Amino acid sequence: MAHHAAAQTAHHHSHEEEHESLKTMGFWMFLITDVILFSVLFATFIILRGNFNGGPGPHELFQMPGVIAETFILLTSSFTCGLAVLSMNAGKIKGLIGWLAVTGILGIAFLTLEITEFVHMVNEGATISTSAFLTAFYTLVGTHGLHVTIGIVWMTGLIIQLKRNGLNVKTKRKVNNISLYWHFLDIIWIFVFSFVYLMGVM
Amino acid sequence: MWENIKTFASEFFVTGDPLIYGADVAIVLTLVAIVFTLSYFKKWKWLWKDWITTVDHKKIGIMYILCSILMLFRGGVDALLMRTQLAMPDMQFLNAEHYNAIFTTHGVIMILFMAMPFMFGLFNIMVPLQIGARDVAFPFLNSLSFWLFFWGAMLFNMSFVIGGSPDAGWLAYPPLSGIDHSPGVGQNFYIWGIQISGIGSLMTGINFVVTILKMRAPGMKLMKMPMFTWSVLSSSLTIMLAFPILTVTLAMLFIDRFAGGHFFTLDGGGNPMMYINLIWMWGHPEVYIVVLPAFGVFSEIFATFSKKKLFGYTSMVLAMMSIAVFSFFTWAHHFFTMGSGANVNAFFAVTTMLIAIPTGVKIFNWLFTMYKGKITFETPMMWAISFIPVFVIGGMTGVMLSVAPADFQFHNSYFLVAHFHQVLIGGVVFGFFAGLYYWWPKMFGFRLNERIGKWAFWFWNIGFYVCFMPQYGLGLMGMTRRVNEYDWGQGWDMGWMPLNIVSTTGAFLMGIGFLFQVWQIAYSIKTHKRDVNGDPWNGRTLEWSTPSPAPVYNFATLPKIQEVDSWWEEKERIKAGKPTPQPPLEPIHMPDNSAIPFIQSLCWFVAGFGFVFGWMFFAIPGLIGVAVTMIVRSFQKDDGYYISVDEIKKTEASIRGAG
Amino acid sequence: MKKSRLAKRIFAAVPLLLMTVLLSACSEKYIVLDPKGPIGQSQKDLIIITTLLCAVIIVPVLILAGFIVWRYRDKPGRKDDYKPKWSHDTRLEVTWWAIPIIIIAILATVTVRYTYALEPSRPIESAEKTVTIQVASLDWKWLFLYPEEGIATVNYIKFPDNVPVRFELTSDAPMNSFWIPQLGGQIYTMSGMAMTLHLQADQTGKYFGSSANFSGKDFAQMRFVAEASTKDEFDAWVKEVKATGNALTTDGYEQLQKPSVEEQQQFSSFPEGLFQKIVTKYVPEGSQGHHHGGGAVSSNEQKQKPVQPETSEDADSSHNAAQSTHAGH
Repeated sequence: MAHHAAAQTAHHHSHEEEHESLKTMGFWMFLITDVILFSVLFATFIILRGNFNGGPGPHELFQMPGVIAETFILLTSSFTCGLAVLSMNAGKIKGLIGWLAVTGILGIAFLTLEITEFVHMVNEGATISTSAFLTAFYTLVGTHGLHVTIGIVWMTGLIIQLKRNGLNVKTKRKVNNISLYWHFLDIIWIFVFSFVYLMGVM
Repeated sequence: MWENIKTFASEFFVTGDPLIYGADVAIVLTLVAIVFTLSYFKKWKWLWKDWITTVDHKKIGIMYILCSILMLFRGGVDALLMRTQLAMPDMQFLNAEHYNAIFTTHGVIMILFMAMPFMFGLFNIMVPLQIGARDVAFPFLNSLSFWLFFWGAMLFNMSFVIGGSPDAGWLAYPPLSGIDHSPGVGQNFYIWGIQISGIGSLMTGINFVVTILKMRAPGMKLMKMPMFTWSVLSSSLTIMLAFPILTVTLAMLFIDRFAGGHFFTLDGGGNPMMYINLIWMWGHPEVYIVVLPAFGVFSEIFATFSKKKLFGYTSMVLAMMSIAVFSFFTWAHHFFTMGSGANVNAFFAVTTMLIAIPTGVKIFNWLFTMYKGKITFETPMMWAISFIPVFVIGGMTGVMLSVAPADFQFHNSYFLVAHFHQVLIGGVVFGFFAGLYYWWPKMFGFRLNERIGKWAFWFWNIGFYVCFMPQYGLGLMGMTRRVNEYDWGQGWDMGWMPLNIVSTTGAFLMGIGFLFQVWQIAYSIKTHKRDVNGDPWNGRTLEWSTPSPAPVYNFATLPKIQEVDSWWEEKERIKAGKPTPQPPLEPIHMPDNSAIPFIQSLCWFVAGFGFVFGWMFFAIPGLIGVAVTMIVRSFQKDDGYYISVDEIKKTEASIRGAG
Repeated sequence: MKKSRLAKRIFAAVPLLLMTVLLSACSEKYIVLDPKGPIGQSQKDLIIITTLLCAVIIVPVLILAGFIVWRYRDKPGRKDDYKPKWSHDTRLEVTWWAIPIIIIAILATVTVRYTYALEPSRPIESAEKTVTIQVASLDWKWLFLYPEEGIATVNYIKFPDNVPVRFELTSDAPMNSFWIPQLGGQIYTMSGMAMTLHLQADQTGKYFGSSANFSGKDFAQMRFVAEASTKDEFDAWVKEVKATGNALTTDGYEQLQKPSVEEQQQFSSFPEGLFQKIVTKYVPEGSQGHHHGGGAVSSNEQKQKPVQPETSEDADSSHNAAQSTHAGH
């Protein structure tokens, strides 16, 4: 009987690891589809970026100090997210949770700045229905913001799971995936920063 | 108060047409009948436990196919209504609005809610069995994909009786589909119905790419996979790359309609041509997404019923993959007449023609699979053989359409209508029917009646030619697609009537063919003989090594693969008295059922419904429901369960022994 | 086995059926194959060339398919020539990669040449002075403006035969497509854009004109008459229309632009610059506007000059050929 149970446990472990590796691969596939999603949004933005419809353009609207702060915060959060993974690999669960929390808080700071920026623009009369340029702008930047929001909710859930269950095959895989996701959003933001903001005010 | 309710109801429910009232009554009666039957036979629990919450790929596949046949019925009725209206000049059968709604829903339903789920059904049922896996990579996600498709399709079909159907064509070009020209909720139904089911399709694509790349039985190298599995891989990769474009495009169209955006509007700096480009960047690959798996089905069937190895395996793989790649570079051939200039047109004309090369190679390989074989004519093979002439001619007219300056004369005419029906019916529908007949015994453990099946086959085939060949002629006579009537007095006698009558006759012949198929299924369920050995066609690939229907765990022990057509070779070894030794049984890990996919998709449906009508008190709770179910899922342990060796032994004995 | 014989017969019937459709094309009902102008004639030639090129490969394949299915059917007692493991032959496979490649290469060459020769914005070379007709697709009628003659029509155009006609097209409604099958292929009409299409009729007659792209409820009613007449008749007609004194006013246009189905109408004049106004309708005041692709209005002047095409030799020969074979119809 005991032998049987042991076999089953061993079997169980190998099976679980295999299963987690499937999920990691699936997550990569998801990221590929997300790359295409953002590519289409970027393409439409680039096509429509000159169509101001008599409304305000990037020079009047973009406040670069705020945008640069957003960029700096998001880049830092990518770094802290990397530190979280390093802590996990060193087996330090406290460090892991701590760095994840820092990452999440930086994410919230980023979102706050972004929402403030949007509110400011809307108050200036630059809404989504003002011009094709603004429709494309809000959709592209907003989709990135939505991704960040989802990432923060996910991170919060993951922190709770780490506190409850500690590190195991499953939570490890989830930490790895969220860090992938977070770096991915960072790269997208760098494109947003250069194509939307820098090219807009140049 | 009462007046308010009345006004609301008259806008909310589609009114004013006896056909619609008829449909209302039919829908209510069907629902009552279903509820009554389930309650009478005390089947609610069975429905919930065995089907709604299931994560078993075989059951999900059956549900996909069941839905797609229902959708085939609805799309088919749409087609017959249209053909009736067009049979004679000046028919007063459908008015213009109704006709426009019907050709729109016909297109959407046939491609997205018939062909796609039929294809996913075949993916689900066969891929794990063909590659020697116990399930797909993500069974939970698979169930979620199905229910997203289901509720998306429900939302779309609801527009028929509630709010009004979309009527701007199956690809809904703005500005016609924009809020100025389509102020009703029909386009919103279109957007949300497709969006919700499209997310499901995207996840299915990811699911099968991972399944095929990571879950093949030991020894099954990529170049030893069955051809159907290859076709699923190429189709799934194409889904992964094409469907995000659809998601974004529909979202942008919705932003325009809902939030006053200017992506595709005329005013505000929008660009409607961008929509046409984007939708075809998805739409063209989409055609290959549905036809590639049909190619896979045919490859299996030609080999099996010629009792011969598939000819030119490597060529076939190469051809399929190059079709998948080329499909992304041809989209502009759908609008050569947009005036993009000779350079653009010449480029897309040539890329389109290039697709004919691998397709031609595939035809030759299929022919030479039959060459020096021993061909028998069971129903799956009949469909496969009849596919060749249909597709060859459809492919030829496709090449003719790709010649850009000639396309100026074919574009938007019945020549085009005839062409795409020829490749989509001849390729996709014939292919999926062939697949259904071929794998039916594996799904249900008995064969479908051959005699009625052949009647159905002949009605479909003859009906097909009678319906669509005249349409090429109509195109050359200058008849444009989507016209709801065609003789306008004014002294024009275009001479369109005779061929239209012939075409309508053909459509009804195909309708009779469909009735034969329904009868065939019903008759076979009543009178079938159980298939005992699980291998009724003397099959070649792994799925035929399992009992029919396969047990929940598919394979008691995972097979070891040494070659293509592994089951055929194994049978040869068994005949020679040297079967491959089976490893000892081990406990099998299986995933748990879950109600979350169903509930989460229902929440999407509620959210979608809210967005259709702009009712935030529906939309927001719906979205919250989606978020909550996702979080709940993330916190679930979901460890699955083990089937013990004793249980496996018992199951194996009962299935194999019962026969 | 009776069934399979029937199957074979059906397969044999398919190309026959298609050929019948094509051969009976001499019937005047197949208007695409009965062109009355050089553009339509070249397009017909191209259709015939491509059909034949495709048939070269399709017909043998269909015959081969019928033969193989028939020859290798499983009869009781058939033992010969069964090779269950034969699945690869490099020579054969190279052959059938090569055949479609060769055919497609020829077809692609022909297509590219014709694509440049038949580019719709390219003027037709002629000694006669080109007539310009401006076209606006409305919901659900066609408005035609004659900028040089100063008249306007609805659902009806008249122009002299053997004279190139330059159509400038736009739309004040969802996208449509302007198609006179017997004169040549169609082109889209789109809001905010001006497209150009050149056609010519080689003989007088009334030709069927239709709207080829779905644009909403009553688009099926949007057909028009394109009448080619002699030069004298055309001039007389213009005078006659001018004499009616029935002017299209700005208000009148606003009315006409509303969704409706209309009979043929003729107007003695129309507001100055109406076509440009329609094209630039959505360009906000003071902004640069959005010239998305194609030929936006401002570039019209440049486009008026005949473009010196790279493949002018081909273009000439195809047009000349068109004129010489035209007598046969």
